Amino acid sequence: MKQGSRLSNMKKSTKTNGITYLMLLVAFIVVQIFTATDSMTNLIKGLLVPACIYIIMAVSLNLTVGILGELSLGHAGFMCVGAFASSFFSVCMRDVITSEWVRFPLAIIIGGVVAALFGFIVGIPVLRLRGDYLAIVTLAFGEIIKNLMNVLYVGLDSNGFHFSMKGTTDLGMEADGKVIVKGALGITGTPRDSTFVVAFILVVITVFVVLNVVNSRQGRAIMSIRDNRIAAESIGINITKYKLMAFVVSAFFAGIAGVLYSHNIATLTATTNNFGYNMSIMVLVYVVLGGIGNIRGSIIAAVILTVLPELLREFSDYRMLVYSLVLIFMMLFSSSPAMVNFREKLSLKGKNKSKKEKGVA
Amino acid sequence: MALLEVKDLSIHFGGLKAVDSFYLKIEKNQLYGLIGPNGAGKTTVFNLLTGVYKPTSGEARLDGKIISGKKTADVNKMGVARTFQNIRLFNNLSVLDNVKTGLHNQTRYSMLTGILKLPGYFKKEAEMDKKAMELLEVFDLHNEAQTLACNLPYGKQRKLEIARALATNPKLLLLDEPAAGMNPNETQELMDTIRFIRDKFDMTILLIEHDMRLVSGICEEITVLNFGQVLASGETSEVLKNPEVVTAYLGE
Repeated sequence: MKQGSRLSNMKKSTKTNGITYLMLLVAFIVVQIFTATDSMTNLIKGLLVPACIYIIMAVSLNLTVGILGELSLGHAGFMCVGAFASSFFSVCMRDVITSEWVRFPLAIIIGGVVAALFGFIVGIPVLRLRGDYLAIVTLAFGEIIKNLMNVLYVGLDSNGFHFSMKGTTDLGMEADGKVIVKGALGITGTPRDSTFVVAFILVVITVFVVLNVVNSRQGRAIMSIRDNRIAAESIGINITKYKLMAFVVSAFFAGIAGVLYSHNIATLTATTNNFGYNMSIMVLVYVVLGGIGNIRGSIIAAVILTVLPELLREFSDYRMLVYSLVLIFMMLFSSSPAMVNFREKLSLKGKNKSKKEKGVA
Repeated sequence: MALLEVKDLSIHFGGLKAVDSFYLKIEKNQLYGLIGPNGAGKTTVFNLLTGVYKPTSGEARLDGKIISGKKTADVNKMGVARTFQNIRLFNNLSVLDNVKTGLHNQTRYSMLTGILKLPGYFKKEAEMDKKAMELLEVFDLHNEAQTLACNLPYGKQRKLEIARALATNPKLLLLDEPAAGMNPNETQELMDTIRFIRDKFDMTILLIEHDMRLVSGICEEITVLNFGQVLASGETSEVLKNPEVVTAYLGE
């Protein structure tokens, strides 16, 4: 019995994670088949990379909201940081590093690391707060980043980089200078390096890292803080360290989503729709609908809610009506007792599980 | 040298002297009781000893090292573990994971090892599983290892909290009303468990309790607290006969 229950613990997490990876693999193969047979509309093709971006955003936000248990409304802010940092790098290095196989991975790492750095800097003061207060401060952070990007001008000439918050003329550059970041006009000429394969690999890496963190010693510490902060402290867990760890990892992957985003469009600007409050809330909707703390749910919700509005474009008059109905039905049914039972039955089918374990699952 | 030595410990909240000039001396391997009427300041003493509150004055030393005024997590690392009056478990984690969280500082591996699932991860996790299951067996919880902590019955939740505290490998265990809400049978069983822990883990235990049967049954020495001040301390049977103590508890 002792041996058995110990094994089943390992098995259970491995099995549920296995289903998640399998799901991703099947999705990838299906997409590859459709691409090979050329039976995909341009609309769907255009949605592949955004869907991956939103999966990464949802899964990484789930680490903060579901695993750490803190409501963050500034996730798009980190995406914005990652997008601009990597785009800036790619534009500068476009002529220096011509191979996209070298440049793009570097851009991804730079985007992620800069976002993680912002997560660290923002996290130190912000994570002292809890609940609504944390939500408000992260919301403000997201807006500040977006607005900052709208007034930032960066130019490059033979003397090096020039920064300004006023305008291009204020940069005071030599004649050979080139303006890279043009305030509200953003960054233009980012190489379009984001492909579905790269985006998919990044999705797998994100899911892999987040799932493994959850099942590790560090993940248990993070979840114990969520469940009972005072008890976690009493058994010697450094609250600040693990809160910050979860927040920084979450910001890192949001930054990577930003890299994919910026390398998928020609002109990168910071607007309310892409990096503002709207985006943060949309990602939060994915997380809540997929189930807080449920990584696989986040993936499914992100895909459905990215593809659905586009598919409904033909019925443009009723589009938002159907969208809202779907949201309501998902909320009602995804966690209703009947549905939960049904899912449990599905996952236990063909397995001789004891009743006790059924109650646990 | 005494394992725990508390001298002149006080905390004032504004004008309220919640604990005033508290003193205590516990030898190694002793079972010590802290009793007193409601609002006497017993839990406040626990909170002072575990760093939840910083004392206004005075100090507490564990094995000669000052523990009062330190951070809660650091106090735990120095060897003080506690349970809570109102149970505080990690409700959404399994029973096994609750104990494994307690092992956090005992078995370590880096975050990178965890993320990449390097061989060290499996080795250390298996080690943790083994240690945690051993502890759960002591408390007869090993058959419920995969149950969520919130689904355990009340008595078992109390036991799990003690198991989690023991997982941190403490020198001193603080139990805050371990028998609260238990029926006489469960209390009897708990008394046996506490004695067993003391003997098996060579533990020193300080407990707060209202159940006089439990206190007189297992505590070798007790301290009585009233209005934040020590009313009497010494051998259990002697102290319980003290007329002042009887008055404090039962009234004139």
